[in-house]
Amino acid sequence: MSGSKLVPYVQAAPLAIIMFTMVGIPLITVLVISFWDSDGISLYPMFRWENYTEILSRGLVYDLFLKTFIYAAITLVLTILIGFTCSYFLVFHVKNLKWQIALLLLCTVPFWTSNIIRMVSWIPFLGREGLFNSTLIQMGLIDAPLDFLLYSDFAVILTYVHLFALFMLVPIFNSMAKINPNLIEAAQDAGAGSWMILRDIIIPLSRTGIALGSIFVLTLVMGDFFVVRVMSGGQSASVVSAMKNNIDQLYYPQASAMAIMLIAVVLLIVAAILRVVDIRSELAK
Amino acid sequence: MTDTSKIDIRGVTKNYGDVRAVNEVDLVIEGGSYCCMIGPSGCGKTTLLRMIAGHETPSAGQILIGAEDMAHARTGNRGTALMFQNYALFPHLSLTDNVAFSLKVKGQPTAERREKAREMLDRVQLLHLADRVPSELSGGQQQRVALARALITNPRVLLLDEPLSALDEFLRLRMRVELKRLQNELGITFVHVTHTQPEAIALADQVVVMDHGTVEQAASPREIYDRPFSPYIARFMGGQNVLEARVTALNGEVGEATGANGVVYDVHDTAGLEMEQTIRLSIRRDKIAMKSADRPDRNAASGTVMNTEYQGTFVKVSLRTETGEEFIVYQDDAEFFANPSHVGETVNAHWDGALNHLLRGQNTSSGNPLEE
Repeated sequence: MSGSKLVPYVQAAPLAIIMFTMVGIPLITVLVISFWDSDGISLYPMFRWENYTEILSRGLVYDLFLKTFIYAAITLVLTILIGFTCSYFLVFHVKNLKWQIALLLLCTVPFWTSNIIRMVSWIPFLGREGLFNSTLIQMGLIDAPLDFLLYSDFAVILTYVHLFALFMLVPIFNSMAKINPNLIEAAQDAGAGSWMILRDIIIPLSRTGIALGSIFVLTLVMGDFFVVRVMSGGQSASVVSAMKNNIDQLYYPQASAMAIMLIAVVLLIVAAILRVVDIRSELAK
Repeated sequence: MTDTSKIDIRGVTKNYGDVRAVNEVDLVIEGGSYCCMIGPSGCGKTTLLRMIAGHETPSAGQILIGAEDMAHARTGNRGTALMFQNYALFPHLSLTDNVAFSLKVKGQPTAERREKAREMLDRVQLLHLADRVPSELSGGQQQRVALARALITNPRVLLLDEPLSALDEFLRLRMRVELKRLQNELGITFVHVTHTQPEAIALADQVVVMDHGTVEQAASPREIYDRPFSPYIARFMGGQNVLEARVTALNGEVGEATGANGVVYDVHDTAGLEMEQTIRLSIRRDKIAMKSADRPDRNAASGTVMNTEYQGTFVKVSLRTETGEEFIVYQDDAEFFANPSHVGETVNAHWDGALNHLLRGQNTSSGNPLEE
């Protein structure tokens, strides 16, 4: 029957169409434009490598990538620590499924407001005259307000951690909850203490969640410009902030070239993570 | 070896909230013996096993292994090894590292402990799979790995939680032989939890039958099967018919009890019985003669054939007696086919009254928790 051969294609078609129009076409457009020329007024279709060579010849870009990596790395470490600890608490101390779900939902409460509000709400708290500084001064712990709290790398990373920790928590919780409790008992039976059980059993068996969460957090941090701009008070920039500047000046081809490079770098990192942890085979379990 | 692996359980109770899973159990398991704990689900056998292993702490009472009180001995530090029902192999470690895990805990260097693990895998005939992970193995192979992992610590006591229940019938019979052979070879105490009667009878030196958190009877398999303590054990272990009767004569060597249908049964063990007392007797299904011409009125039963089942060496004939009870006869196959009974036919059965066994225990539950 010729009809039956078509069925799988028909079934796959809706998603394929959405992916092609929403992801494929924009990406291809960006790729094509990255080879064009622009003088800040109009775009000139052509094929040239200058957008790329120009970016690579400027030292500023390397600094931006480095800065973005540092943000991403510190955020990653902190979100993994927080996500792992919270999951561990939920899975191995709370145990009761109803309470686990309730507490996990509680973690999502901040997400009922927008990212921007959650970010901006740090400002009155961390500012020179903010709640935190004035409390410390009133307690007599410090004489002058701490300046590094707001409009600094500290503020940027704090905001990233606040915004993205849940993206780490949920996948880690998910893989940790799948650990058979008998495995822990089997390790105890072999004489292992809690530290060894954590290192040899729980962490290795949670790595799928850590890997998935890392991919979420990395891509979110690498793709951000707004948090950096607001929370650093314009003092720091990320790769995407540079792109934003280019776009504001209508240098679309340059911005596109940078976007393609960023995508390539992120893809490399994700590929590296996937090499270490076989997410596909682990998820299939 | 034998004294250090003796298990002495004294007045052990385990409560989970309001539920009493194990109720004041006293039990001695001789060192170097094979002990099977059997009972319906929820009878407390697994809880008792887990308390011996140290995964649960008794609410009251004492557990001694080799005369040492285990109250403060940590799991993994009391000379026991537990083999889990679902094997609980570490999915991310190779077979070698699974088996070597407890040596790693003890801080042995990698090369040394891997070598020992490989030796142990060789013993369970799995050396050729040493670098695989557990998910690549069949159920029977996984079980052998679990066994190797448990034995590498040289335990005094091996605890097995329904070790054969996940295997198919063929493998189960093979592993059963394997376990028995291993226990003979090692000379350590095996405590094996099961809910399969033939398994317990075939393997054990001592069978412990449990019900509702208490030990109903602990004895040799022959004793348990042949001379059950209570109607519950007679029914749960199978192979017996349980008859209810009223004591009607106590003078003389042999007492008499009369059933509801007027049949008189011999009672040989009359100590402590009183006239008119209701008692229960058991009679083995394979000791009963079928097809007597007239209806005997002593040590006999009669009823309508409800079902016949050919079992190879014997035929299982189910009767329904006049009082509506089920009475089962295991008849020799040659004898049955020489003069077969048919469904619907009324037949008479009788037996030697000396075989009547008085059930002194009062527990009459059927062993099926769903009926409560």
